[in-house]
Amino acid sequence: MFFSALPRPDMPVPQPVEATKVSDLHPAGRGRNEPFLRGARGETGDRIFKVAMLLCGVAVLATLVLIVYELVLRSGPSWHAFGFKFFAGHDWDPVSEQFGAMPFIYGTLVSSLLALLIAVPLSIGVAVFTTEMCPQALRGPLSFFVELLAAIPSVVYGLWAIFILVPLLSSYVEPFLSRTLGWTGFFEGPPYGISMLAAGIILAIMIIPIISSITREVLMVVPQHQREAALALGATRWEMIRVGVLRNARAGIMGGIILGLGRALGETMAVTMVIGNRPEIAKSLFAPGYTMASVLANEFSEATGDVYLSALIEIGLALFLVTIVVNALARLLVWTVTRGQPSRANA
Amino acid sequence: MLTVILVLVPLFAIFAYLVYRGFGSINWAFLTQTPKPVGEAGGGMANAIVGSAFILALASILGVPVGVGAGIYLAEYGRNRFGDVIRFTADVLNGVPSIVIGIVAYSIVVLTQKHFSALAGGVALAIMMIPTITRTTEEMLLLVPQALREAAYGLGIPRWRTTLSITLRTATSGVITGIMLAFARVAGETAPLLFTAFGNQFWNLKVNEPTAALPLQIFTYAISPYDEWHRQAWAGALVLIILIVTAVAAVRFAVRRGTFGAA
Repeated sequence: MFFSALPRPDMPVPQPVEATKVSDLHPAGRGRNEPFLRGARGETGDRIFKVAMLLCGVAVLATLVLIVYELVLRSGPSWHAFGFKFFAGHDWDPVSEQFGAMPFIYGTLVSSLLALLIAVPLSIGVAVFTTEMCPQALRGPLSFFVELLAAIPSVVYGLWAIFILVPLLSSYVEPFLSRTLGWTGFFEGPPYGISMLAAGIILAIMIIPIISSITREVLMVVPQHQREAALALGATRWEMIRVGVLRNARAGIMGGIILGLGRALGETMAVTMVIGNRPEIAKSLFAPGYTMASVLANEFSEATGDVYLSALIEIGLALFLVTIVVNALARLLVWTVTRGQPSRANA
Repeated sequence: MLTVILVLVPLFAIFAYLVYRGFGSINWAFLTQTPKPVGEAGGGMANAIVGSAFILALASILGVPVGVGAGIYLAEYGRNRFGDVIRFTADVLNGVPSIVIGIVAYSIVVLTQKHFSALAGGVALAIMMIPTITRTTEEMLLLVPQALREAAYGLGIPRWRTTLSITLRTATSGVITGIMLAFARVAGETAPLLFTAFGNQFWNLKVNEPTAALPLQIFTYAISPYDEWHRQAWAGALVLIILIVTAVAAVRFAVRRGTFGAA
């Protein structure tokens, strides 16, 4: 890197010809006649500054260590009481202090996968449209709008979901689905609206901006000559996109999808507001469910008893570990594409 | 293309409803009064608006210096193994679900203080701000031409002074953009505040007391069974978004004018 060109701080500093010119660079130095550069002073300042900045950097590291430490420490009682059975158990009964996290793990996985199922085709479509076929004039506003959506707080998405999406689902979409696809078993039961399906849809809406903006970035680094080569071979526009663009970018697109998955897994508020919050495992998507993040949101501040609290924290720990693995995987994939070379192991 | 329309319709619907329902519900009482008990008409979220600003100020005081400092470290001293470790840590922190950050702030601050507080909320949000600020600061500092640093060294300016008054100053608007990005991200966060700031029906500006926050209030009102509260939730959502957008725009405007003035 060009950083090797930096002069070392301990190099002898040449005396400036006109010291006042130097101090003019900064208003604070103006009008002071004392030479504001003296070797020793600069060195001490450098050392103090470097240590201070290093401390800030270490603080970032320390925060992560602290998160892991607190989660592991405080989930101890539950770990001792239930061991691995905690993750396989189906019962969540705070009164008799029986805790099993299976319904929450199931709910988190199903709602996130459902969200991906809906969001992936749509976001890839949007990304392809904006990079490959959108008229220039529309490109700016479109991507601005999609980016704006990423800035909407999740509680506002939840608000919208409760009052618009859920009534829509219960009066139109769910009856229709149960009529046409009810025989599969995934769409049966009373159409309350508040359901796993609603959670999946609102999650999909929330992760579309993430997946499509990353996909767009990845598509833009696909070299132009790949497109031209495909066209020259007589490919139609769609074939060109499929063979020349999407295939070249698939690792990066995969990364974007996994990043979206990471967001969906940890999403709390919007899901809590529409999923129904019942710790049961049901095959039908119309049935209410519960996710790991929602149970924390609902029960954490009311948890009485050490085991109850630590069971909740253990769920938090599991959620934390899963999202870290998912995010690391995603970054690795995105880096492979955008840097044009295999990422370093510590990506 | 069909997909674009399919995506844009729900997204547009969110905006349209927010503006429609929100503007219909905002009035002077909403902006100046504290919540009324259930069943009484009127009342507002004034304490939550102020509370949110208070918690966000605490978070910025805690998070911005650390984030910018870590960014400076990475850009100016971090071209090594240890720098990579911190870079990776920041990326990992960025992906930690906000509710988990809430748990940690709870066990660090709330359990030691023995009660919910604005400080705990501020700590939680600060932890969420730091990684974003760190990475954008680093990126922005690396964009500053090396020749500028060399010119400063050539004039005999110590390295720390160069970093602060030349490099950081050149990159100010980029760094501030990063800070505002982090700010906008945490301003609407609800999950980490649920069991840290906890919410409050009354005015509070004490660091050690439970404090109301706009997103929390929206959540409580939205899942309540009362029409009047639903109406206020929409108004709160609109106010929240307007506040976020204005705060970001105001700071960016001030920075742009500031740098032009200095140039």
